[in-house]
Amino acid sequence: MAAPVSGMAGSTSTGNATSFQKKPRRKLVSIPGTRPSVQNGQLLVSSGVSSLDYVIGGGLAVGTLLLVEEDRYDSYSHMLLRYFLAEGVVCGHELFLASARDHPDEIVQELPSPIVDDVAGMKISEGQSQPSDPENPDTMKIAWRYQNQPRVQPFTMDQQPPAPPNPFTALAVASAHPSFFRFQKRPLLPLPVPYHALLKSIQTVIRKEGFDGSTPQSKVRNVLRLGLHSLGSVLWGDDVCCKDNPAHCHALTTFLYALRGLLRTSLSVAMVTVPSHLIQNRAVMGRIIRLSDTAIALESFRGSEKETNPLYKDYHGLLHVRQLPRLNCLSCEVPDTKDLAFKLKRKQFTIEVSSQ
Amino acid sequence: MFPELNSILNSTPDSFKSSDFILVSDRRADASFLIHHYLSFYLRAGCKVCFLGLVQSFSHYSAVSQRLGVSLAQAREKGQLVFLEGLKDSVGVLLQEDTSQETQPLSYVRSPGAGLEGLFRFVECSMRQSGDGDAGESWGPPVLLIDDLSVLLSLGVSVGAILDFTLYCQATMCSELQGNMVILVRCEEEDADDVDEEGSNLLQRGLVHQCNLALHVEGLPTGYCRDIHGQMEVWWRQRGENIYNQRKIFHFKVHDKGASFFARGTSSAVL
Repeated sequence: MAAPVSGMAGSTSTGNATSFQKKPRRKLVSIPGTRPSVQNGQLLVSSGVSSLDYVIGGGLAVGTLLLVEEDRYDSYSHMLLRYFLAEGVVCGHELFLASARDHPDEIVQELPSPIVDDVAGMKISEGQSQPSDPENPDTMKIAWRYQNQPRVQPFTMDQQPPAPPNPFTALAVASAHPSFFRFQKRPLLPLPVPYHALLKSIQTVIRKEGFDGSTPQSKVRNVLRLGLHSLGSVLWGDDVCCKDNPAHCHALTTFLYALRGLLRTSLSVAMVTVPSHLIQNRAVMGRIIRLSDTAIALESFRGSEKETNPLYKDYHGLLHVRQLPRLNCLSCEVPDTKDLAFKLKRKQFTIEVSSQ
Repeated sequence: MFPELNSILNSTPDSFKSSDFILVSDRRADASFLIHHYLSFYLRAGCKVCFLGLVQSFSHYSAVSQRLGVSLAQAREKGQLVFLEGLKDSVGVLLQEDTSQETQPLSYVRSPGAGLEGLFRFVECSMRQSGDGDAGESWGPPVLLIDDLSVLLSLGVSVGAILDFTLYCQATMCSELQGNMVILVRCEEEDADDVDEEGSNLLQRGLVHQCNLALHVEGLPTGYCRDIHGQMEVWWRQRGENIYNQRKIFHFKVHDKGASFFARGTSSAVL
């Protein structure tokens, strides 16, 4: 059966068969650092690692939540978070970073800076361009046969902080150290205090800066990137990671539900890392995955017997794609294979099909 | 709606059984495509639909239904569709800003221990209103669609409260108003040592006993396959006086504008 073209729907709803109104041209939202998806027209942003973008279907859709299950020592997931934030800096997006362990300023100081590849002469702002990018003439310098390969985004691990022409504007950084306790009578909240405070501050930032369209179009529309580190760990006041029957077993899930509600109503995208290897209750982990849109898990070989396995000698760990979202469409991007492995070289974080 | 599924279940928008409680469940798969099917099915049949969208926004369902040939915005305008925007409105309720009457249905977000009475009153109120529409349009039997019920467990509502809610809904919708009900429940993997765990498996088992038709979606038991997205088990259960208890398994593949169902082993990728 043919679905009616959306343009015609405007004319038929008036009930007048003869009036044929030209559909008003939808204003294309052109926000720097985003591109529409070829699959379903969603606005996508890059996650900072282009091979990860390829694996999750082109990029992160604006308004969705990416869940990263941390590896055992939180080394590679922390790196993914930094790539995500660094990509935001390069694209000029606004950042919101919350961490209970390290002070957010320290994380920000250690963001990787993009390297300028002299061979291709790429500009820094090309961080979001795709292999088939006809507009930019600089991409012609790459040999054509490599153009269809998933492009690897080179990022160095330079210690010096990035020195972009305009430093990251409006970096709203929240550090939720629960270092003080207020003993006052307050109504029982469904969320423990740190999560409630975090949700409240995210909502305040979204409203104040107008990411949900509430303020008029005085400034250029931009995307807000939220990086939330290690939610569910004990430092956030949550005991889902340390007990079999936690007292706050619904705190993290309620928080994720509300966060997704916030994301859906604003131009923002969130990356949340969760120490899933500490959560004993598999049912809770299943719920957490279903409450997010895209979910991946990192399993590093460090310290496990797989480190010396000759099958995996080229790689540092495995990447599992737990869930891919179906946004505004029935079917989702179905990957070819699920055997993915990642490796971190000096300049690149690559995700490949583990071929063997 | 999916024509192949209609022929499997032997129902069309012109002739379908009333007073039906259909349970859609999944385990480690995504059965939400069936909810889209039922949404477009009942809207085409001209029924008055109450949709509790607890996990996705209205624009998501609207975009998918557009591809299936039904306009949700139009249906909502005409009064045929009542949509509860659970996901977006719950933030305000959770942060305790919105304490007005309109957010009563979402009171479980603020106080999950108190039960789902507010939600039930919302459903009852919207369904009973069907008689006195101002445009004089009379719709068909009322239908309640819930996507999805197991997210309430994540918010802290107990299994008992949810089962009470569905019982009240069934009594009102199916028995009293002769309407239909379609509920989506998402289960976790069966844990071998946790047989009677308080969770979605318990909820699913409780609902399976109440329903007339159970559609269970799972991945293939042999592993991941790109061309066959999973298997769906259809369980025809009690229908009035007759107890069928007939089960059949189909394979399916979901594409952009629908889903195709076929008998096991007859996928085009295999033949």
